[in-house]
Amino acid sequence: MRGPTPSQTVGPFFRFGLAWLAGRDLVAEGHPGLLRLHGVVRDGEGDPVTDAVVEIWQADPAGKFPPRSPSGWRGFGRCLTGPDGGYSFATAKPGRVDGMQAPHIDISLFARGLLQRLVTRVYFPDEGPANSSDPVLTSLPDPSRAETLVGVPDGLGLRFDMCLQGPGETVFFAW
Amino acid sequence: MASPDPPYDEPAYRSSALRAPRRPLVPLPGGPTEASGPVFGEDEVEPGDADLTCHHEGEPLGQRINVSGRLLDGDGRAVAGQLVEIWQANAAGRYAHEVDQHPAPLDPNFTGAGRCLTGPDGSYRFVTIKPGAYPWRNHPNAWRPAHIHFSVFGRAFTERLVTQMYFPGDPLLAHDPIYLSVRDEQARERLVSSFDWQTTEEEWALGYRFDVVLGGHLATPVEGLR
Repeated sequence: MRGPTPSQTVGPFFRFGLAWLAGRDLVAEGHPGLLRLHGVVRDGEGDPVTDAVVEIWQADPAGKFPPRSPSGWRGFGRCLTGPDGGYSFATAKPGRVDGMQAPHIDISLFARGLLQRLVTRVYFPDEGPANSSDPVLTSLPDPSRAETLVGVPDGLGLRFDMCLQGPGETVFFAW
Repeated sequence: MASPDPPYDEPAYRSSALRAPRRPLVPLPGGPTEASGPVFGEDEVEPGDADLTCHHEGEPLGQRINVSGRLLDGDGRAVAGQLVEIWQANAAGRYAHEVDQHPAPLDPNFTGAGRCLTGPDGSYRFVTIKPGAYPWRNHPNAWRPAHIHFSVFGRAFTERLVTQMYFPGDPLLAHDPIYLSVRDEQARERLVSSFDWQTTEEEWALGYRFDVVLGGHLATPVEGLR
């Protein structure tokens, strides 16, 4: 039996290979429940990470994934960060996927310098009771870092910055 | 099986210094989100997308190669209908990317990106040219071995994998911090394709074989999802 193929970095020169799947909105502009999820990726010196691939994976508003969600719900988005390290998705707030977990969006982050992807989650600030009983948020070794996993509402929608290192380092997961 | 993946913090790979997390990763208990993954349809991938040599007026320069293999899960079972994306440098070791400043020629007949869905037996096949090695500034006289980048989705969020395929017998492998970041020698060798007579075509192209085996560290997939 062969073992798993190891991960390697996405490198700096992926744009022409991965852009075709980027920039497709999960919901159309003007969708009544549109959620603009956006943010900036920063390195250990606070500089923007201008060559990252951000991918999201999430349930639909009813908590369903393809193929059980209504057709048209892809649940997946890819965005390549720009010169400001920013990313943005037009999506909808996911529903609860089971009886325990608060609504959340899973993120994969790939970049030059990352030999394997980083995985994190976005939680919602208006889900206080659900967040306070969420098994992931409540089992962090350092509870004070939970705030790095909760988006911040702003004029555009929900802001979720990712900090790869430093005092505000985002919680990243092993899976 | 233990994860073969490289560490985030790899001093020999300079770019990791400011990007590798410093805090320990937190184990993520698998739930429905991690046990599922995006579905890509036949309508999103054209047959020509798997032939990287046919997208321009002329043929690209370089050694024409067939790169094929299977996408398998940890139990050796075929993973069908999943998206495979590849991208690579041209035969001179130059990427069709604005940031690549290596003074090697661009090839007007080669972009270097392809994609396909795996077949019912998990198989994929690309036609391309053998990429060249290229210099990078990681350390003095640093050269990346020839490689093709692979991105595969698998059936679940946990199976998502981005990796690189190398070529057998490349003397640069023994000096490449990215390749060597995989500590286990056997695991590292799984990144190296093998020369394959079966897919070598007379008077046309050399064949290389590269199987991708998905890990997916989720211990207990959620019942009922696939």
